[in-house]
Amino acid sequence: MQWETVIGLEIHTQLATQSKIFSGASTAFGASPNTQACAIDLGLPGVLPVLNAEAVRLAVRFGRAIGAEVAPRSVFARKNYFYPDLPKGYQISQYELPIVGEGRVEIVLGDGSVKSIGVTRAHLEEDAGKSLHEENLAGGGYTGIDLNRAGTPLLEIVSEPDMRTPQEAVAYARKIHQLVRWIGISDGNMQEGSFRVDANVSVRPLGQTRFGTRTEIKNLNSFRFIERAIQFEVERQIDVIEGGGSVVQETRLYDPERDETRPMRSKEEANDYRYFPDPDLLPVEIDVAFIVEAVADLPELPDSMRERFHTQYGLGEYDASLLTAGRELAQYFEAVVQATAEPKLAANWVNGELAAALNRSEIDIAQSPVSAAMLAGLIHRIQDGTVSGKLAKQVFEAMWSGEGDADSVIQARGLRQITDSGALESMIAAIVAANPGQVEQYRAGKDKVFGFFVGQVMKESKGKANPQQVNEILMRVLASD
Amino acid sequence: MQNKSIAQMAAELRLRNYSSVELTRHYLERIARLDPRLNSFISVASESALAAAERADRAIASGDAGPLAGIPIAHKDIFCTAGIKTSCGSRMLDNFIAPYDATVVERLAAAGAVVLGKTNMDEFAMGSSNETSYYGPVHNPWDADRVPGGSSGGSAAAVAARLCAAATGTDTGGSIRQPAALCGITGIKPTYGRCSRWGMIAFASSLDQAGVLARSAADAACLLDEMAGFDPRDSTSADVAVPDYVDALDDDIAGLRIGLPKEYFGEGLDPRVAASVQDAIKEYERLGAKVKEISLPNSPLSVPVYYVVAPAECSSNLARFDGVRYGHRCENPQDLEDLYKRSRAEGFGDEVQRRIMIGTYVLSAGYYDAYYLKAQKIRHLIADDFARAFEDVDVVMGPTAPSTAFALGAKTDDPVAMYLNDIYTIATNLAGLPGMSIPVEPVEGLPVGLQIIGNYFQEARLLNVAHRFQHVTHWHQGAPSGFE
Repeated sequence: MQWETVIGLEIHTQLATQSKIFSGASTAFGASPNTQACAIDLGLPGVLPVLNAEAVRLAVRFGRAIGAEVAPRSVFARKNYFYPDLPKGYQISQYELPIVGEGRVEIVLGDGSVKSIGVTRAHLEEDAGKSLHEENLAGGGYTGIDLNRAGTPLLEIVSEPDMRTPQEAVAYARKIHQLVRWIGISDGNMQEGSFRVDANVSVRPLGQTRFGTRTEIKNLNSFRFIERAIQFEVERQIDVIEGGGSVVQETRLYDPERDETRPMRSKEEANDYRYFPDPDLLPVEIDVAFIVEAVADLPELPDSMRERFHTQYGLGEYDASLLTAGRELAQYFEAVVQATAEPKLAANWVNGELAAALNRSEIDIAQSPVSAAMLAGLIHRIQDGTVSGKLAKQVFEAMWSGEGDADSVIQARGLRQITDSGALESMIAAIVAANPGQVEQYRAGKDKVFGFFVGQVMKESKGKANPQQVNEILMRVLASD
Repeated sequence: MQNKSIAQMAAELRLRNYSSVELTRHYLERIARLDPRLNSFISVASESALAAAERADRAIASGDAGPLAGIPIAHKDIFCTAGIKTSCGSRMLDNFIAPYDATVVERLAAAGAVVLGKTNMDEFAMGSSNETSYYGPVHNPWDADRVPGGSSGGSAAAVAARLCAAATGTDTGGSIRQPAALCGITGIKPTYGRCSRWGMIAFASSLDQAGVLARSAADAACLLDEMAGFDPRDSTSADVAVPDYVDALDDDIAGLRIGLPKEYFGEGLDPRVAASVQDAIKEYERLGAKVKEISLPNSPLSVPVYYVVAPAECSSNLARFDGVRYGHRCENPQDLEDLYKRSRAEGFGDEVQRRIMIGTYVLSAGYYDAYYLKAQKIRHLIADDFARAFEDVDVVMGPTAPSTAFALGAKTDDPVAMYLNDIYTIATNLAGLPGMSIPVEPVEGLPVGLQIIGNYFQEARLLNVAHRFQHVTHWHQGAPSGFE
């Protein structure tokens, strides 16, 4: 039987606010346990939440970025369950009335085609703390609670079940990751838990419209894990069904070490969250002025920029999508284009030498030792014939290792092309004179001997001879007599 | 000394007739001598009270004293007080000292008030007789075999017995007005949102409101002047200007339009209480008020609606008491579930557990719409009843409670009978309106309360209406025997 996979993702992205969503405590990562948890985060008796307006502003930006309606009125609700890292015994979230309604994003698939994925909703909520389990030698152990993360603002972005392969799921997750960083609402740091993904996965016989029973894989914190966990889960579900069993709706965890998913909670513990509107918080009322202010400095969005790179600069879809993977990279590229008016050359350099160097050094574009102005400087020297394309790569390497801008490198290393026709004329005349046999062969019709002469000139000039000039002079000299 | 009004005490402190330290010692001595009969205090904070009194005396001497400088008061043990235990009447918080002051506590301290201690209350404010307290019942100063009402029973008894000049309380379904009525004092529950709930341990967040228990409307106005106002730490506190309540006390009430809801004078009301309330209303007519009968047709639904909404919120509000971070924790928990179950079973009393169970039930999947959502809809209907009434009248009056103070233990086995004690007060909380109770003619030596309900943010009007009555009557001046 042929199976179809159905995937929907719930992405929890930490919003880049200074303080928590309902208290004034700092959200900075990495402080010692429980040093960034105030009375409100600890859920002491009598404390009350006050909504951080910045979190609302960031959620509004996201809503606009995916073309969704920002709800004029949204409501915080309590999700009730007991867990030691949940201090109040409930999480403040949004349930029936989320702040961001339906929107869409586009993903580019491996074959270059574009697919539109629906976003059902996005809602604001607070994060829980962290439980740290430590086992002692006797087999017993302790659980420590760190509430630094409790109350950190999250935007939970819920997709439609629109993805059909693990690769599509990853492309969607990457898209959201790109977007939240692009519009500056999250640092998207996956190692620090700022971007976590829950995957809802089911399979059904190809052609069936009804969904199969789904499982939810919690807390995937890398794109590779998203792909592998879904892949494993799909195979597991198909095995279960083909083995005559049926998939149980449950929450599962992915274990990267064993590359498998396993059940997290048993069914008897299934929670009834008893959602109800939080009476401590007023409904969030958002007017047009707030939205206008929140999105006033929203940058051009990646999809629109990709399209523009395609039409305005004549770049291929592939190059354009590489260049718009991140906002800094796209800005870097545009800066080079503006200085050189050579979009194709700039794209080749940014996606080629620069991307490779960044990759090798494992650094971001923001930390690149070659600035956009420096790369533009190099491209100028290629344009005006000062260096050949081949030598330009040497110049780039030198700039990367800190030897200064293109002009200083060319000067210091003597990489300037020889364009002085007098010098080239005499060099070529000497070479022709020294190789009468080859001249004979050329004149007898062996055209490929021409390459031998070019090679000799380049060797003699240490690669600095202007290839075009060499061609012209050689043709003329060899044709005469 | 203890029979003087707060305005008189404040004036005499400024005249240096006596010092705040002397006044505070006087009250502390009364508490030590008389409270064993009442059990109205959970904690007495002699040391910090005397230190505050000294500060007040210095402030008075240097001429920069706050309006309540040196006045000894008490706080219901539901308000967090930095440095003094805040138990909420529960074993769960028997070991809890908050690292912060409630806004109400902070504002009264800023006005110079001296805190004598923390008063007894029904556990987590759940009760109408003060019998659910972990610290034992409070006895009514008018008859030690009777309840003082609840949940602010300790504050009501302490004020009636002159163990403090006034006290704070909270009112979720009648918890200020009903004990004020049963103890023969004046109590005011302001509009929902008028006083900040920051630092006030939550029972039912959408109903809870802080207020005052005092010997007169004038005394209550002095405290409320300081307590009321917007607080950025409480999103539900109202950003509405606070008038000067003392200034408005003497306003003329001629032409006042009083509405008497026929539903408040029907079956279940002790006829002697009804007669006493009717007499008080006649007094108002003599003062120039006009009385008309009105109807609040949905008021019979207020008790059932309340016992859905309040337990629902309480079941969630009390989830934080889990034995993990503070409060009671059971001995030798075997695992997490055992820790939760035993800590909560041991830390909470029966009534609290009953309400948590009811609340958990009504919020459960499959029941939410039938109970919680429906109750919220009826809540709007109840508010609409009042809105219609206030088109024709300025205040609504009726009995505060259906009877005088009942005997200790009389209703402890019958929760529904106990719940019906708040039948006239609950609708006000559901609608978020301000309400008061003032003493009228007692029945067989036991106090009776007249309830006065006003429109939103009409506290000044309520206090004024109460004060004008107290100006021409003496019911509020009577002291229980042995506590004069």
